[in-house]
Amino acid sequence: MSTDLIHLDWILLLIAAWLGIGAFGILALRRFRFVAHVLFPLGGLVCLGVFFVALQAIFAAPETAVLPLGLPGLPFHLRLDALAAFFIAVISGASAGVSIFAAGYFRKGEGTPPGLLCLQYHIFLASMVLVVLADDAYAFMVMWETMALSSFFLVTSNHRIAAIRSAGYLYLLVAHVGAIGILLCFGVLQANTGDYTFANMRGQHLSPFWASAAFLLALFGFGAKAGIVPLHIWLPEAHPAAPSPVSALMSGVMLKTAIYGLLRVSFDLLQVQLWWWGVVLLALGLVTALFGVVFSAVQTDMKRLLAYSSIENIGLLCVGMGLGVLFRAYHMDALAALALTACLYHVASHAFFKSLLFLGTGSVLHATGERNLGRLGGLMRYMPWVAWVTLVGVLASSGLPPFGGFISEWLLLQSFLFTPGLPDPFLNMLIPIVAAVVALVAALAGFAMVKFFGVIFLGQPREDKLAQAHDAAWWERAGMLWLVAGCVVLGLFPVHIIEYIGRVTQILIGQNLADTVRTHGWFLLAPMSVARASYAPLVFLVVGAASFYLAVIMVRLLYRGQSRRAPPWDCGYPAGNARMQDTAEGFGQPIRRMFEPFFRMEIKHPSPFDEKPSYRISLDDHFWHWIYLPIARATEAVSKQVGRLQQGRIAVYLLYSFVTLIAMLVLVRL
Amino acid sequence: MMMQAYLIQSINLFASALLLLSFAMLSQRRILTLIHLFTLQGAALVAATVVVAYVTDQHHLYYSAAITLVTKVFVIPLLLHRLIDRLNIKWDVETLINIPTTMLIGILLVVFAFNLALPIVKLSSSIAHSTLGIALACVLLSFMMMITRAKAVPQVIGFLSMENGLFFAATAATYGMPMVVEFGIAFDVLVGVFILGVFMFQIREQFDSLDIRHLEKLKDD
Repeated sequence: MSTDLIHLDWILLLIAAWLGIGAFGILALRRFRFVAHVLFPLGGLVCLGVFFVALQAIFAAPETAVLPLGLPGLPFHLRLDALAAFFIAVISGASAGVSIFAAGYFRKGEGTPPGLLCLQYHIFLASMVLVVLADDAYAFMVMWETMALSSFFLVTSNHRIAAIRSAGYLYLLVAHVGAIGILLCFGVLQANTGDYTFANMRGQHLSPFWASAAFLLALFGFGAKAGIVPLHIWLPEAHPAAPSPVSALMSGVMLKTAIYGLLRVSFDLLQVQLWWWGVVLLALGLVTALFGVVFSAVQTDMKRLLAYSSIENIGLLCVGMGLGVLFRAYHMDALAALALTACLYHVASHAFFKSLLFLGTGSVLHATGERNLGRLGGLMRYMPWVAWVTLVGVLASSGLPPFGGFISEWLLLQSFLFTPGLPDPFLNMLIPIVAAVVALVAALAGFAMVKFFGVIFLGQPREDKLAQAHDAAWWERAGMLWLVAGCVVLGLFPVHIIEYIGRVTQILIGQNLADTVRTHGWFLLAPMSVARASYAPLVFLVVGAASFYLAVIMVRLLYRGQSRRAPPWDCGYPAGNARMQDTAEGFGQPIRRMFEPFFRMEIKHPSPFDEKPSYRISLDDHFWHWIYLPIARATEAVSKQVGRLQQGRIAVYLLYSFVTLIAMLVLVRL
Repeated sequence: MMMQAYLIQSINLFASALLLLSFAMLSQRRILTLIHLFTLQGAALVAATVVVAYVTDQHHLYYSAAITLVTKVFVIPLLLHRLIDRLNIKWDVETLINIPTTMLIGILLVVFAFNLALPIVKLSSSIAHSTLGIALACVLLSFMMMITRAKAVPQVIGFLSMENGLFFAATAATYGMPMVVEFGIAFDVLVGVFILGVFMFQIREQFDSLDIRHLEKLKDD
């Protein structure tokens, strides 16, 4: 092969290495130590390799390749451009941490044998990268389905538990319904030419009607994978069911392939963007974000809480993309670049902090065996490592400086501030409301994260057994530290990151933010001009850290020798115990009250004369009852009718074929 | 010339024997007699094929006839005899519909088959084209027999007899199928009988009876 394909060749080679590692896993099916301590770290190393190659490739010219795989006459076309390279970097960067963590996470004798798990895991990684690389619809769909299937098997690795099986089934069902949407979308995009390569699709000029059809189909198909309301229902079921590294990959990484697909279709394959697509994306994104965050604030299962928080973040990504489409449709490309930069930045930071948080819950789950927030608490004392790294994830997730989450949300809000330039007065009136809702979402996300961290790690342990919790081991720490490093780098060096993202927006809309941003030097981020808004992360960090330490030193100096450890004042009620702390339910109660119409609530209050009072509350998703249960019931009713055909008598079955035969013959005779 | 006319008439004769035997099988209650009838039907088929081969000078039809003779007249009846010996089932067969009704439906089917064959007969240049209706009627009657029987062995015989009808239809309409196909079918039928025999043992072991109505219990509720 010629030398100018070097990046793509390297990536393909590393993918082959992943598959090789998976094959080794099968050979060493039950040799747990070998799989955990050799194969998974090797896979992590390959992730790092892919990560660095992809970072290089962002600045390289697009490279293409045709694999001699696939059906005869229908080979796999691959293409590595800046957009693909950026997503590969995000995928492999976050996966590296997860792989290293997984080396210490999986335990003997849990569900799927370790070797098989290793195979599924590495096929999952390879298919995610190949989805992003695919340059024709056929390769894309094959990889997309491989991704769905491998992750399905990973989710159901504890398949002996019925709840996990049904969660996996739900996931597979939604994934397949979504895949139909994507397939139809490609069918529209190829515009009856019969040529399914992306190169051909780029060349087609669709009428607005068919372009909109393609966009809406893509939104449906990729939305099902990403978890856009109302197609989100699988997320809160599948994430708690999966082992933590798998939930980390699915939530932090796999959801991004759906965002990639949506970006690819709406900005690259479709040549025109209509303004109302942006409105649709904005509206869906807002609903998703608000819905996700409100539900996340009232959850009592820590992994469900994070799953709903993922829904919220996907909503924010859609909002960013929607703004991008809107600006693009009105030919305000610089602003479109800003909105898309915010979106892509959030893709990267969400990949890192959400993976980190899921890994943190994994460590807690292993140490305590509890997912229920009501039985956790005070773990900071027993698991300081996990607590501190999770704190980083929590801060990044709440959108606080100096971490990555702040930059992306700040950029998003910045792009809202420029919307008054839109030529449509009606949109101009609506968009401030949208911006306000985004701000509300950010604040509520902070609330949910305070609850998440506070209830698990702060306060007193709610159960006695929590005192035996042990901190994470070295592999797990190393994996989480890599993700922490990612969050910190994303937070401290935004100008450099935007250099990378600029290449992506350059090919998507022909504009990039990097040129404007670069002029102010690498330490100051000012997306449009310094006069409007700017942020210097390092200065912020230095001033913040300096004032913190100054305060500590002053306190030390002033109160030297006068401080002592004592039990806190019990407000004159000495019988208090750990169960009387603010619980997860209690913490979420105000949100539950304020956003009551969001939930389908069933509360059972104890009567005042009850000997053994019990309080029970169940929160349900309206969408289940509005959409999914009716569909399920209709399907069941239809199947019952069809099931009547099944009599169980061979004579009747033969009669069916006989009658069919006679009917066909009569038809022929007529 | 006279000879030729007699021979063509004899084809018609064997064809009507085939149809008659089909009706006989439809009305027969005893399994042992059923197997005898099936053997006879095979023999009639062989005779008809040989005559067609002689009249039209189609050599490959002699081979077809030979295969049919070996499988349908010797091997399969032998297998069936051994099967019912070992399963010890020579008793009367219960039918799901009573015999006179079955016969009436059978007559309707024959009328339908002849009606169906009319346009094809007009197109065909084959010497035996007038017997196509009989062949189709044999297929439908055998199918009918499979539906009305409650025991497994008569169903298998019905299946085999249906294959006889198909074979005769092929001979009548187009002087037989290509040799490869005929070999394939003969082999399939043989294997089919073996497999069904194994199934019958299994069914009896499971339910202590060969009544296929027991299989209704397998239905998933």
